[in-house]
Amino acid sequence: MNIQFNDETFRGDYTFKNSDLAIKRFPFPFDKDSYMYAVNMEPHTPVREGSVYYNSFDVDEHYVSEMRDRAMVLDEDPLRCQSLSHMELHGWDLLELIMVEKAKDYPDLFELHRDGDNWHWINKPLGIEDKFTFMDATTLPYGPMEYITRQTQGDFCVLDQRDDNLWMDAGMVTTQADWSLDFDIGMNFFEWHAPVPLAHEKGIFVRALKFLLNIQQGAPARRLNWTMTVNPLLDTSPENYHKWGIQKTSLTPENIGNKQHLRVELQTFFRLPRSNGLVFPIRCYLIKLEELVTYPKWARRFHRVIRDLPEELATYKGFIDNRPMILEYLSQFDDGAETSPGVWPEE
Amino acid sequence: MSSGAAKIAVKVTEVIEVNDLVKRFKFERADGGQMPTFSGGAHTVVEMDDHGTRRLNPYSLMSSPQNRSAFTISVRRDDEGRGGSLYMHNHVKVGMEMTISNPVNLFSLDLRARKHLMIAGGIGITPFLAQIAQLDSSNGSFELHYSVRSKNLASYADELTSAHPNDVNIYHDDQGEAIDIENLLDGQPLGTYLYVCGPKGMIEWVRKSASDAGWPREAVHYEEFLTPEPGKPFEVKLAVSNKVIQVGETQSLLEAIEAAGVDAPYLCRGGACGMCETEVIGYDGQFIHNDHWLDDEEHSSGKKIMPCVSRFEGKTLVLDR
Amino acid sequence: MAKTEFEKSILSRPVYGEFEPMTGKAHLFIADSEGAGAILDLAKSAPKGFFDIAHIIYIPKDSDWKYVPSLEALGAKQLYVGPSFEAAITRIQRVLLDASNGLQIYLSGTEGLMGRAMLEATNIGYPYSAIQTEHRGSKARRMQCVHCKGVTEGVTTDPFECSHCGLNLFVRDHYSRRLAAFQGVCVDAEDPGNVPDKVEIT
Repeated sequence: MNIQFNDETFRGDYTFKNSDLAIKRFPFPFDKDSYMYAVNMEPHTPVREGSVYYNSFDVDEHYVSEMRDRAMVLDEDPLRCQSLSHMELHGWDLLELIMVEKAKDYPDLFELHRDGDNWHWINKPLGIEDKFTFMDATTLPYGPMEYITRQTQGDFCVLDQRDDNLWMDAGMVTTQADWSLDFDIGMNFFEWHAPVPLAHEKGIFVRALKFLLNIQQGAPARRLNWTMTVNPLLDTSPENYHKWGIQKTSLTPENIGNKQHLRVELQTFFRLPRSNGLVFPIRCYLIKLEELVTYPKWARRFHRVIRDLPEELATYKGFIDNRPMILEYLSQFDDGAETSPGVWPEE
Repeated sequence: MSSGAAKIAVKVTEVIEVNDLVKRFKFERADGGQMPTFSGGAHTVVEMDDHGTRRLNPYSLMSSPQNRSAFTISVRRDDEGRGGSLYMHNHVKVGMEMTISNPVNLFSLDLRARKHLMIAGGIGITPFLAQIAQLDSSNGSFELHYSVRSKNLASYADELTSAHPNDVNIYHDDQGEAIDIENLLDGQPLGTYLYVCGPKGMIEWVRKSASDAGWPREAVHYEEFLTPEPGKPFEVKLAVSNKVIQVGETQSLLEAIEAAGVDAPYLCRGGACGMCETEVIGYDGQFIHNDHWLDDEEHSSGKKIMPCVSRFEGKTLVLDR
Repeated sequence: MAKTEFEKSILSRPVYGEFEPMTGKAHLFIADSEGAGAILDLAKSAPKGFFDIAHIIYIPKDSDWKYVPSLEALGAKQLYVGPSFEAAITRIQRVLLDASNGLQIYLSGTEGLMGRAMLEATNIGYPYSAIQTEHRGSKARRMQCVHCKGVTEGVTTDPFECSHCGLNLFVRDHYSRRLAAFQGVCVDAEDPGNVPDKVEIT
């Protein structure tokens, strides 16, 4: 595997863009022409070599720049990474999981050498090399969760499992769709999902929790979620909403193809063996409308999904005011032709 | 989704007679690799081919979660039971190849605790052995109270006492020693979590004592693996797979479903995890519910059954499976 | 004044109940203002000797001392009447540090008082779900500004002005036990200066 890492920004001049390959492997989330909440879990097993579903933790062309953006967010606001005092063991579980999987899936980029508890980790893209003692946090520059998630794309919710519920007691959250770890840390599964409309009434979270509590070691699961973002802003945090919210009003028919992004979250779920917790990585993929419409099937389908989405969901996802302009843009690519089933762009 | 946790092909590398009733078995990976890590309190499901009858029994892992070379379990022989423990005692020998499941934990430590207060009865000591090993490595504070029938049947009592002389207390029934539960529960600081594993009666006694003493329900954890009770044979119609099956006297409903070649979800096979919950489409007769999963209302609704431990008596039972 | 009724809301919004006497080794009451009424109502159904092992920590606030004589008449083992939660906090921490399992905790009055007292209890390992609560009196909220992180006490209108950074915030029902506060979010981020009229929180 040979990944050309982009040098790009997710703030200020917003130079982020996707290569043709990145567009082709974008996790388009709609397998039919409409959308409603569903538990939609499936086993996180490899699908199609080269797709984002192939490795446990996908590494792509945005890796180095995303990690630079994360470091900037943390410099401004260290509260984006927090771990309650009983969560250090979960952090080691996560560090072990990511290091082992990345070294196995990307041997040319990452190396892990273990001699008992003496570990040697090499991250070539970021130029990091550390020798440390497993389970001894004093031998790492950060706590184990922070150390490894500063080197891994996506947000990480680290969950404790007890009393038949999951508790968000640790996390690294800098690429979130408008929710605050600092506010939500310590909440249980129903509480942190409380603001989501419609899904509670449908019993979605009760079923989802039951599924997640039974996730087994070595048998991870995944699902997709999505929203919309103006500008390729990874850090759409509530903390900074008073600064970035105004950007939502900057769309014009001329710039919308470049500025409006579909934001897809690849959510995965892994059992953490030593702590019996779960980790819930939320990997954010962004794509410009003008990139997405390069595949006619996606363009047609996306137009229909946005057009028919219930008002509550368009409001919750924060694009209700911009929906008419988005539809105006997308409608020019929808000739009414039928779309084939499934998410893949060329089938 | 396939049923149960992922499987591990293992070889039996040690069988030790701990005392008259208990044998210890050590499993190493057949391919020579490392065992998965796990958390104290986890169990593995051991598959047995008992002369044509397939048995899957859960046993707590007692080895240290840090030990990646092998898993060990201890099995108490139950001469009255359906045969799983007898098979382990009489037929499992060093060198045998077996299949066990990845660890699953339904009895994990609450890592927020300021102190872990453990109460064990008999073979219920096994999950605590792994939990104590886990706490040793993280300097966790614990206190174990372990009730045994006699000195001869006090599995692992000597090892525990010599490793943790100040934290382990053994009570011998035959010498009239008993846990003074009321005093024990009195004066434990806030943030103490109570764990109990042992016979059904003991679990109920400890839970009731804690509740009477005003302990928060959330601070009390217990694990009781139910074994499926034998009962009268009965007939079941499986609507989805369109099969009529017979459940034998010493067979569980889940085992009968599996024997008919129908893939049914499960995890603990002991009425605790909820995984095998099955919808009842129709029935004429009486349910014999034995699980801890469904609540009283669900038990009396006639709409759900946990086939791992529960049975049925009557004319017809139709399940959504 | 009876217990407060609230409209049904999202699942992160705390739900308050009505006190019931529990069996326990000790009883700790923490209440402010009208919250005294919940303790006095409980006393009507409490078994004999219940208050012999009770410790009441009471902050009268705007109710002045009108409930204090009735509270004194309960004959609790310890009764503390103090000027503010801040003044009582070290006492509460000391009591919890010494307490053992079997303690029952009862919180009553405003959401701010109950939330902060609950946080002290959970910090020491008491499960929040085992704590009894009963809302009485003002519906004022403790609000955290999600932007500057400052907490504004006694918020009674939506929107309101953050007492730390001055942003105009709308009042969400999303609640954090760890902060003992509801979340306030900038109301005019997408249309600066367009702040809706204030309405009373109900």
